[in-house]
Amino acid sequence: MISADTQGLRLATRYAVLVLIALIFVFPLVFMVMSSLKPDQQLLQDSGSLRAFLPVGDISLDNYAAAFQRAPVWTFVFNSVLITGVTVVLSLVVCSAAGFAFVFVRWKGRETLLAILLATLILPFETIAIPLLLMAANLPWLGLDGISWGWMNSYRIQIVPFIADGLTVFLFVQYFKDLPGELIEAARVEGASWAQIYRKVVMPLSGPILATAAILKFLVMYNQYLWPLMVTQEEGYRPVMVGLQYFFQLNVAWGEVMAYLSLITVPVLAFYLYLQKSFIASIASTGVKG
Amino acid sequence: MKVFKLAASAAILAWASAAQAQTPLTMWYHGAGNEVESKIITQIITDFNASQSDWKVELQSFPQAAYNDSVVAGALAGNLPDILDVDGPNMPNWAWAGYLQPLQIDDSRIATFLPGTKGMWNGQLYSIGLWDAAVALVTRQSTLDELGLRAPTLDQPWTGDEFMAALDAAKAAGKWDYPLDLGMAWTGEWYPYAFSPFLQSFGGDIIDRSTYQTAEGALNGDAALAFGDWWQGLFQNGYAQATQDPADRDGGFAAGKYAFSWNGNWAALGALSAFDDTVFLPAPDFGTGAKIGAASWQFGVSASSKHPEGAAAFIEFALQDKYLADFSNGIGLIPASPTAAEMVDTYKAGGPLSVFVAYSASQGLVRPVTPGYVVQAKVFEKALADIANGADVAATLDAAVDEINADIGKNNGYGH
Repeated sequence: MISADTQGLRLATRYAVLVLIALIFVFPLVFMVMSSLKPDQQLLQDSGSLRAFLPVGDISLDNYAAAFQRAPVWTFVFNSVLITGVTVVLSLVVCSAAGFAFVFVRWKGRETLLAILLATLILPFETIAIPLLLMAANLPWLGLDGISWGWMNSYRIQIVPFIADGLTVFLFVQYFKDLPGELIEAARVEGASWAQIYRKVVMPLSGPILATAAILKFLVMYNQYLWPLMVTQEEGYRPVMVGLQYFFQLNVAWGEVMAYLSLITVPVLAFYLYLQKSFIASIASTGVKG
Repeated sequence: MKVFKLAASAAILAWASAAQAQTPLTMWYHGAGNEVESKIITQIITDFNASQSDWKVELQSFPQAAYNDSVVAGALAGNLPDILDVDGPNMPNWAWAGYLQPLQIDDSRIATFLPGTKGMWNGQLYSIGLWDAAVALVTRQSTLDELGLRAPTLDQPWTGDEFMAALDAAKAAGKWDYPLDLGMAWTGEWYPYAFSPFLQSFGGDIIDRSTYQTAEGALNGDAALAFGDWWQGLFQNGYAQATQDPADRDGGFAAGKYAFSWNGNWAALGALSAFDDTVFLPAPDFGTGAKIGAASWQFGVSASSKHPEGAAAFIEFALQDKYLADFSNGIGLIPASPTAAEMVDTYKAGGPLSVFVAYSASQGLVRPVTPGYVVQAKVFEKALADIANGADVAATLDAAVDEINADIGKNNGYGH
């Protein structure tokens, strides 16, 4: 029999440890936001002490004003949100459909193709960047003014190459394998088409994996640097990570860097908070197993 | 009133048709994020576009840290602009790789320009700079007086022994955290730009410039070994830090942490504002003459430009003294021509930074003029960082030589 005191102590200890872990993860964000409010000299002085995490000293929004002066911040944020958002949505559709086809539909060569697809996981993007660039520079595009050649300096060149990827397909494949096969069989017996099963049976049960895949894809896309650097020579198409380089002049204005980072972190946090709810809701509504 | 309206309409139509007739020229520049620099380059372009009816320059700015990679990617994609700027030591590589074509401008326009501003490769001009940069030994007159040191001059710079004696005196005084700030917090191009002139003053070099085919003997010969030992001694004997907080690099001298600072003219006004008696001393001579790095950002014409004559016309337009002076006033660099220097208060004769013009003209030595420099610079940087952190001098320099020679071999001698 455990006494109430012992239980309370355990609870307190557990919370203390959790709070400590939470603080470790929160500290960098707090440092970033607090530093964004301080002039450079104070920021550097405070960086070696606990003052770095506190809104003390000469606090102002000057760094934010200077950041907007130095770079078209909203353009970069808009571009990143647009590119990331469109890629995530298209990726979820394409990769889940691919995963569905690999798991539920019987067709010749699917094992081999899946193996090849999984093998691409070991290829770092840098190894295909140059061939991809050469292709992208020569692709045709049908626009309002007729056919043009080359996809450089566009949103599509930052979206299309990343819609389908081995990791996301793999995640869906693994998840779909764990779904009860009886559901699919029952739907087939009822005369549902593959498209109907995908849309009305499988996808409604796939909340958790959709959230996971969306988070992973979002992070990859929002943090894109090398590829946009290679394909966007026009400022109007640059995303946030390329924009970050605007702040690294010979003498780095660290306060402005922190202000910019604070601003571009907002969409990431908002996306997480949104998906956190979706994730929990998805689990709660997935009462089909067993 | 009607007549006035008609005249105005005619003027607008004339202007519009002239604007339409202008052939667009694309231009890439490394100044995104630098408000002052962007403003000046935009002004030059506006003036040029309004000054004639043949060409219209359209600017795309890139952040400096991402610029070189963007140009390389643009070249691969066949997407280079007509006009681009290039960091001086990278120019031979871009010319060799086929990114640039020789620059056709009137030689008389640049006859008086500082030597480091002219980007020459294979006997031809490929790029021209509106400014140059120079490095000096920054200290205070009161420091020299307190330590009983002779003020070195361009004609009589400190010898290596005098330089070390000065550092010894500063160390013995115990007044500063370190006698010398070398700027170790700055990595990348700072290493070959700021430190290879020491090696060259010792009699060595990053590569054998007579053939540009090997670093053997230049980077690991007796002179280079002497340099390496001296370099390592600076850190092992407490004269300088091998690793430095960036904040100390930016503000350490002003905060009184260092007696001497090896720094560029772009930081000179800051030093002057910290101490009224700041002085900028010439580089010491370690045996074969005092040397400092030369060549900064320059303009060139891309090899794929369909309008090289228009691109050259813009570059020639930008070489006017007033623009050289604008850049100097704006970002603190040395105007390329003496006439422009006279238009800048800080650089004109008797100005507080005028010594930099003389240092640049007399001591400036361009980094190795070879396409392989882009690799050699990185190898050199790593070797110096390793030696500063205690690596064996001879073994490190031998390894650097092997790496440089292997790269030259892989690239079939880089066309020399």
